Amino acid sequence: MIESFFQYEFLQNAAITGLLIGLVAPLLGVFIVVRRLSLIADALSHITLTGIAASLLLEKRITAINDWNPIYMGMVFSVAGAILIERLRKVYKHYEELAIPIILSSGIGLGVILISLADGFNTDLFSYLFGSVTAVDRSSMWTVLSITVIVIAIVILFYKELFVLSFDEEHASISGVNGRFIHLIFIVMVALVIASSMQVVGILLVSALMTLPVASALRLSRSFKQTIGLSIAFGEMSVIIGLISSYHLSVPPGGTIVMTAVLLLIMTMAYKKVSTQQWVKGEAQ
Amino acid sequence: MKPIVEIDHVSFKYEKEWVVKDVNLSIHSGQFLGLVGPNGSGKSTLIKLMLGLVKPDQGSIQLFGQPLKKFQNWQEIGFVSQKANSFNSGFPATVLEVVRSGLVSRLGTLKFFNRQHEKKAMEALKTVEMEEFAQANIGELSGGQQQRVFIARALVSDPSLVILDEPTVGVDSKHVTDFYDLLGKLNKEQGITLLMVTHDIGTITEHATHVVCMNKTVHFHGASEEYKEFSDEDLNRLYGHSVQQLTHNHSHDEVNGR
Repeated sequence: MIESFFQYEFLQNAAITGLLIGLVAPLLGVFIVVRRLSLIADALSHITLTGIAASLLLEKRITAINDWNPIYMGMVFSVAGAILIERLRKVYKHYEELAIPIILSSGIGLGVILISLADGFNTDLFSYLFGSVTAVDRSSMWTVLSITVIVIAIVILFYKELFVLSFDEEHASISGVNGRFIHLIFIVMVALVIASSMQVVGILLVSALMTLPVASALRLSRSFKQTIGLSIAFGEMSVIIGLISSYHLSVPPGGTIVMTAVLLLIMTMAYKKVSTQQWVKGEAQ
Repeated sequence: MKPIVEIDHVSFKYEKEWVVKDVNLSIHSGQFLGLVGPNGSGKSTLIKLMLGLVKPDQGSIQLFGQPLKKFQNWQEIGFVSQKANSFNSGFPATVLEVVRSGLVSRLGTLKFFNRQHEKKAMEALKTVEMEEFAQANIGELSGGQQQRVFIARALVSDPSLVILDEPTVGVDSKHVTDFYDLLGKLNKEQGITLLMVTHDIGTITEHATHVVCMNKTVHFHGASEEYKEFSDEDLNRLYGHSVQQLTHNHSHDEVNGR
């Protein structure tokens, strides 16, 4: 594989993009999980699909734009979906989680219609749903790199605000933190990262890369910083092992990456169980 | 001297019902004020109004001489809510990380935590005698210990006023005495003004310098000594019908045949 890595540009694109999203998806994932917003990632990935479908349809109908990269339209839809969710959460104050299924099903519903109109039920679509090692081109790689740099910078700059908001919203508000503003920035970042991750992991599995590494990290960590570090470590491990096995087994990387993350989760749970038992035994003696 | 908190004819309604009605209240520097009243008397709402978490329908509030809308010096105010009962105990954070987050108001945007802030957080933990738990996960502590950590978080920004909303709920009774000793120390030795919401009238009158009784509106505001001299009938008059439940302990309730 190493030889082919230097030989084929598409492998470099996929590997570098994979490593970038392996870092940034779990980084945002930590905040998503502790704020109990895990399903938002799912809703946004489905609305991204609608954007992809819209792009495919436009491409088909208007010949002038035949070399558009659908990822950009996906990003526009994802960000719009994120802002809509925020609006809906205010409309349904007592049922905030309702915003998620509303956006998720509208996304899929509209997506299916657009895809059919574009005659898009083909291999291309398959790679958007489950990821692909060959679909990432240079320009998307650069886009993902820019998004990664921006997201890391924002998380560092607003780390303490994000922490207070996640731990205790009331306290954040009396600390003078502008919760609405920070939350808006945050959800837009999530939307961008989801659209970025889509090419490698696939729409249906993006949310797994944001939540599974965090689920593993939560079993082992004490502090918030440690949770972030371990989540990124688990995310990168999943991407690296997943991409290599995807290449060798000729299966979509979405499947192998997510299954690696699942295996890592099972291993951390087993480790935790054994170490707790040993500790209990040690205490008893 | 000008009061540090001035509540002027403040009313607040939730949906169509008045929860707080025409409240006037001033808090002066150095006081330890106990805010008591029956369930649903608007105590917690009054605190939320003071902190700007909800907006009054009528009246105005001044904090440290500034109208609430313009008030920016949030580091002057520490707040301890009933979090021992309600926060996400699975949250992956150490005690030190939680206490340090109390410095956010002092730092402002685009400033980073440094070693100095860590030291400050350790000092606050020392005040509440929890420094040995600095690296422990917040969820692993007992209710009483967590409450001390939240007090440390409120103290870390060196506030001159600390507001506590029913802080002893969920803390077992043998730790409640320690808890009041700690509050007394903060008030007398460090000169911090305290405002504490509680339904435990007996204990608060022993420790607080002043007592405020409210049931939608303020019925009594004065020194604790004065309050203790009230007879049951006076209290009845103060509160109307709900006084029994409020002022009597269980043994009394039994005597009353309830």
